[in-house]
Amino acid sequence: MNNSSNEIRYLTPPSVEVKKKKYCRFKKSRIRYVDYKDAEFLKKFLNEQGKILPRRLTGTSLKFQRKVSQAVKRARHLALLPYVTDLLK
Amino acid sequence: MLNQYETVFIATPVLSEIQVKEMVKKFQGILQNNGGEIIHEEDWGLRRLAYPIQNKSTGFYYLIEFNAPGTLIEKLETEYRRDERVIRFLTFKMDKHAAAYSQKRKLNQSEKKEEVKNE
Repeated sequence: MNNSSNEIRYLTPPSVEVKKKKYCRFKKSRIRYVDYKDAEFLKKFLNEQGKILPRRLTGTSLKFQRKVSQAVKRARHLALLPYVTDLLK
Repeated sequence: MLNQYETVFIATPVLSEIQVKEMVKKFQGILQNNGGEIIHEEDWGLRRLAYPIQNKSTGFYYLIEFNAPGTLIEKLETEYRRDERVIRFLTFKMDKHAAAYSQKRKLNQSEKKEEVKNE
């Protein structure tokens, strides 16, 4: 009885997504300071709605994720970046 | 103790060029005669805002980088709040990485200007 339970057949083979090794772009390219005036660069860290992307997607380290979110919030205050929008890219 | 600061303010687009120049001079004056020393300035001119502020969609951006004692910032900000032509401002204390970054930025900006000149 138990062998049928453990022998689960999938309709489609579970596609194990090849895990791309994420790296922190700031450590790799030795950037030390995230400039809040540089809207083009900050847009890489926002999704279409203009929200900040989480670390698990961008792969940035905690230290630089805080700097990026601080810079994005300053850019939003200065109306360089929108708080919310529909088509940012 | 002198720290390095960077301030950006946005003026309403209703102003004429002369008024903007005069306003910039006013803020430069505040900085200079209260013991501040201006290092670098940038005039981004009329730019589109990402969202309307006081239902205006464009504004004159102006950036000033300066060294000043901490007490000057309080005065500067009350001036910003009092002046109704300024619709938004941000002052930012620069650490050594920020200062190094702005040095580099000034260099490649001056290079760009030279390229434009001798083209």
